[in-house]
Amino acid sequence: MSGIAPSSAPHAALLHRDGVREHWTLFSLSLPALLLVFVMLVVPIGWLFWLSFLSDAGEFSLEHYRRLASQASYARIFRTTFEVSLVTTALCVLLGYPLAYLLAQLPRRIAALCMIAVLLPFWTSVLVRTYAWLVLLQRQGIVNDWGMGLGLWQEPLPLVHNLAGTLIGMTHIMLPYLILPLYGSMRAIDGDYVKAAANLGASPSRAFWAVYLPLSLPGLVAGATIVFILCLGFYITPALLGGGRVILVSMRIATDIELFFNWGAASALGVVLLVLTVALLYLASRLAGFERLMGGAK
Amino acid sequence: MLERKLLNCTVALAALHAATVFALPALADEITVVSFGGAYQEAQSKALFQPAAKAMGITVREETYGGIADLRLQVKSGAVTWDVVASGSGSAARAGAEGILEPLDYSVIDVSTFQEGLYQDFCVGGDVFSTVLAWNTKTFGDNGPQSWADFWDVEKFPGKRAYRNSVAGALEPALMADGVPADQVYDVLSTPEGLKRALDKIRELKPHIAVWWSSGAQHAQLMVDGEVDMVTGWNGRFDVAAKNGAAVKYTFNQALLDYDCYAIAKGAPNKDLAMKFLAEISKPEYQADFTNYITYGPTNVKAYELGLIKDDYARLLPSHPDNAAKQLPINLQWYIKNEAEASAAYQDMLTE
Repeated sequence: MSGIAPSSAPHAALLHRDGVREHWTLFSLSLPALLLVFVMLVVPIGWLFWLSFLSDAGEFSLEHYRRLASQASYARIFRTTFEVSLVTTALCVLLGYPLAYLLAQLPRRIAALCMIAVLLPFWTSVLVRTYAWLVLLQRQGIVNDWGMGLGLWQEPLPLVHNLAGTLIGMTHIMLPYLILPLYGSMRAIDGDYVKAAANLGASPSRAFWAVYLPLSLPGLVAGATIVFILCLGFYITPALLGGGRVILVSMRIATDIELFFNWGAASALGVVLLVLTVALLYLASRLAGFERLMGGAK
Repeated sequence: MLERKLLNCTVALAALHAATVFALPALADEITVVSFGGAYQEAQSKALFQPAAKAMGITVREETYGGIADLRLQVKSGAVTWDVVASGSGSAARAGAEGILEPLDYSVIDVSTFQEGLYQDFCVGGDVFSTVLAWNTKTFGDNGPQSWADFWDVEKFPGKRAYRNSVAGALEPALMADGVPADQVYDVLSTPEGLKRALDKIRELKPHIAVWWSSGAQHAQLMVDGEVDMVTGWNGRFDVAAKNGAAVKYTFNQALLDYDCYAIAKGAPNKDLAMKFLAEISKPEYQADFTNYITYGPTNVKAYELGLIKDDYARLLPSHPDNAAKQLPINLQWYIKNEAEASAAYQDMLTE
């Protein structure tokens, strides 16, 4: 303590130089990753952005954006995309929160075993899992066969090639993305807080709502955000399970590339989706104190 | 202005660079062919590309691509590496109009025995397929719906339908179901009222359309799984599905006759050789052999006359004269002019 107290000038300069050097070391260590992000992410996105402002003749033009504004179907598709993503996220939270809570209460070894069950689907391709849902849910699929065989319902239920099928498939595939960060943040919660609440007379449910839930919110918000954003660009699963009745932006991008042979037309859709997403997240962060929830600011 | 000149210079340099890099092996009489991969390209490779290469004493390099959008990118960046491009007829027509394909020289390629309308300025037909009405034989037996009017008749033929999720080949059946004779379909469709009439007819059927299919693999699978009772789709896919045990039959009546074709990329490194190559694979004996691998018919009618295709098998092919007579050939001029607008209206209808 006493050695540091008389902060003389040379010491301060040395400390400063040390600090600078450390900064540079850290910077150069992260340089490869930064370069990678720049080359793999920033450059292509910038390029798409640029293309969306070029006409077929290669001149600056807003024609792609005008088309988005003039055709009613684009607005409807954006609306469907956000609605489906929102509902999928809500379903993931409803299913994922209790599961993550249960896992967090279990002894670590058993929790790890259960976690494998959660992660196992990750090892199977999304395409295979989507087709599996098709096999389960279609008119002559396993679920309808059994349900009708047991006399639970007489006519085959429309479980797939519609919104219901899309939501089932997307929720299933997105669930691990919610559970992983949520489980991590729940594990980090000190059990003594809940005990302290109980000690002060809170009922178990009060202790959960007043203490545990707020502490687990950063993990929940992180997970829900990841799920929501991944849903916005989801292609394969809604394309196969929606039966062409649930049309999302990603699917329209594919249609437009086929139709116009033109990356610009599709880029404009991508740019609008990106801008809307960023705007929405910004708004949500302003409204809900996002940074605080994510554990960023003090 | 200066900027544009500079840009032109760089593009020219890039092209020169590409030319020096890629032209060297071309001296050894090599061309590059690009197609869609899968079972389709396998058939092309075995029946057309490699035998023709052998006959001509050249090397054919094969690549796969996703569609004309990829070619557009190559042409616009001045680095064309493909010579021959396999394409759907509609895409080729639009690509030709856009100027990313070379015009074909029909003094080199002999199309004198081709079926009328199965070649165009920028693309020569390779095989013929039909968009047909197919039905589930478990639901409707062997004598299912025989016309588009039947497809729309939900009283006489109750059941779930599947229909295409994009406009190509989707409007014509609706008009025929509404009573427009086949030979007037495109005239009617060329008016705004006609387009609306077709879309309204599809709106009428919408509650009964369970699936809007997006690919051939998908509509075949729908029939294999018995997911729908009636569907529009490409005949070859249903033949494969039936061979695999699916309860599916189809009719050529009122079907839409369409074809796949071969084009030459604008600025192709080996344009002249590519032209000769197209002349070779357009010969009837190659086209006859192609049908051994997939049930798409020859565009060269002479292929039927060589005795290389068994008669009972030939009757199953879309371009067999008996079958072709019942069908409406796709009108590419209509698509070049109207597809973008019709597609927008179709997407509006889908999302309503």
